[in-house]
Amino acid sequence: MLNPFRGFNAVFYKEALHVRRDFGTLFFSLIIPLLQMFLLGFAIDTNIRQINTVVYNADGRRESRELLDRLRNSDTFHVARFVQTDRDLTDAIVSGKCRVGIKIPVDYSDKLLHQMSAQVLVLIDGSDSSVAGQAINVTTSIGLDESLRRVLANSNQPFAVDMRPKILFNPDSRSPNFFLPGLTAILLLNVTTFLTAFSVVREKERGTLEQLFVTPVRPLGLLLGKLLPYLIIGFVELGMILTLMRFVFQVPIHGSVPLLAILSLPYIFVSLSLGILISSKANSQAEAMQLAFLTILPSIFFSGYIFPRETMPRFFFILSYFVPATYFIDITRGIILRGAGWQHLWIDAVALFGIGSLLLVIAARRFHNKVIMA
Amino acid sequence: MSKAEQPAIVAEHLVRRFGAFTAVNDVSFRVEKGEIFGFLGPNGSGKTTVIKMLTGLLPLSGGEASALGLDVRKDPETVRENIGYMSQNFSLYSDLTVTENLTFYGRIYGLSNERLRRRMDEIVGLNGLGPYLNRLSSQLSGGWKQRLALGCAMLHEPKLIFLDEPTAGIDPVARRQLWDLLFELSAHGITFFVTTHYMDEAERCSHVAYIYYGKLIADGTPDSLRELPDVQPAGTYRVEITAPEVTRALRVARTVPGVRSATIFGQSIHALINDDLDPEYLRKRLLEQNIVVAEIRPLAPSLEDVFVELTYKHQSKIEASRA
Repeated sequence: MLNPFRGFNAVFYKEALHVRRDFGTLFFSLIIPLLQMFLLGFAIDTNIRQINTVVYNADGRRESRELLDRLRNSDTFHVARFVQTDRDLTDAIVSGKCRVGIKIPVDYSDKLLHQMSAQVLVLIDGSDSSVAGQAINVTTSIGLDESLRRVLANSNQPFAVDMRPKILFNPDSRSPNFFLPGLTAILLLNVTTFLTAFSVVREKERGTLEQLFVTPVRPLGLLLGKLLPYLIIGFVELGMILTLMRFVFQVPIHGSVPLLAILSLPYIFVSLSLGILISSKANSQAEAMQLAFLTILPSIFFSGYIFPRETMPRFFFILSYFVPATYFIDITRGIILRGAGWQHLWIDAVALFGIGSLLLVIAARRFHNKVIMA
Repeated sequence: MSKAEQPAIVAEHLVRRFGAFTAVNDVSFRVEKGEIFGFLGPNGSGKTTVIKMLTGLLPLSGGEASALGLDVRKDPETVRENIGYMSQNFSLYSDLTVTENLTFYGRIYGLSNERLRRRMDEIVGLNGLGPYLNRLSSQLSGGWKQRLALGCAMLHEPKLIFLDEPTAGIDPVARRQLWDLLFELSAHGITFFVTTHYMDEAERCSHVAYIYYGKLIADGTPDSLRELPDVQPAGTYRVEITAPEVTRALRVARTVPGVRSATIFGQSIHALINDDLDPEYLRKRLLEQNIVVAEIRPLAPSLEDVFVELTYKHQSKIEASRA
């Protein structure tokens, strides 16, 4: 006899009116993520190129100039200045003007010509580990290459082992390709969690929630009526982000877009449940805002969005399994970059659905105990 | 008992505990159909808790309660279908228009479009919201907001309506108009359960009860409460003393033997005095302190007097039991 969804259409009607009336909030919550996307899409480039480099070429002969040309051609180094003393060399690095200093000793050419081992000093600023790593890799491989060339120059023997790495899925190692699919997860969480948390907390602030509890509205009808409008908004947002990603940032989508849309449902469900959970705790919009931000940080840092999960300390690696964005980033990167299908990703969807249901149950219980009973 | 004679609310030995704290302690009362029941008490004394229990929101820790003949424990959903509730902050959606607010609540109660339209016409006719239908509810004045909230609470034609401090923060004219409306509706058989802090509103109720920190310490018609022995102990009566410098007069009056209690009401003092205390003696004692009394006249206790007396009695009983 009791309809568990009682009041759903009434709440949906009202919530849709709120969204329409408060067009400003809607507009900003849809547009700001797109702006963020532009900022991050254009600004972040993790490919390390054109490192400012200072050179002290004490030798100055042909062999030393050849070596410098090879370093320049690697695209990793940009020779910003030449100095004439050791002091100036270190000074350029300490002052932060250059990240790498290269000193070619005065006897470089002589030693090479006499078939002796010549040393080149490479000073690397370790304050940025990714820059340092890249600098080490490139300089050592150039050194190795140069040595082999000289050793093999006299014989006709080819390189014994010739490694030919081929990068799949993102052959140019373009940063947008890597970052934007992940960013989708962060931005979507942003919109949906914030909007739902606010919509419930607003009713707490106004006292209308108290009123609703005294009507025949059933909890499920209330929750779903509130969630559905924001689910639709979340979908629209996803569509906008994907369009922007595809056509402005030229990130190719290798997999199926409908599959991505379907798999985003459990993720949006998690975000909405999280919003409801926040609203069961927060009594003001300011409080809700702070709590919502609290959910954003782990999504950025522990989800593999920026740092690979595999390199995390064990504790954080385990923690990352509890961060919903982890699964959705796996889904978006899988579909967009690797062309993965349902058979590869269903487990992520199941995990998300599980987390979402758990959150919703906790939220419902909290609501019952802390809000209605208080 | 036939359905027609059933009381609108029956509360028997209601108890509600939150952990070790007993918010509602053995509260019993009955509200007959068509009554305007005034439920009074200081903030935090358990008024809202009782409303939550009667509307089926809060499980009872003990006792029984029924609303409109329905057991609130067994059938909270049906109870909520059949009652109206208006909270003190009027619970309107400020970014929705008058019509939209009404439509929302109408749909919540599952009214058909046709019935909703008919009820909206009736309610607008009753509360005069006609000119404001397309206005956002945030742009209405306090009095109009309250009428709209009442309208929302009675769209589904409930026979019992809970009003939690319906007149808090609205102007006196709107307050009076609301009460006129309540009388009109109660004449049609609608029962009202009203909480208020205004004593003049309590005087208008056909039935009042006073809850003091979880205990019901008064229950009856305003007139029957005035005659309670605790309020009007045998051998005493009440007088109103009109005098200048009321504060000083009060200090002096309290020192006169035979004056049991005295309080200031505006420009006069209300005192409970022994039968054997001659008003002229009181006048003389005040004159000795250069206070010229204009008038001393007998007075029926106000409801405020009633509640003050009962509260004192209740507290002294508690202290006695502790000692």
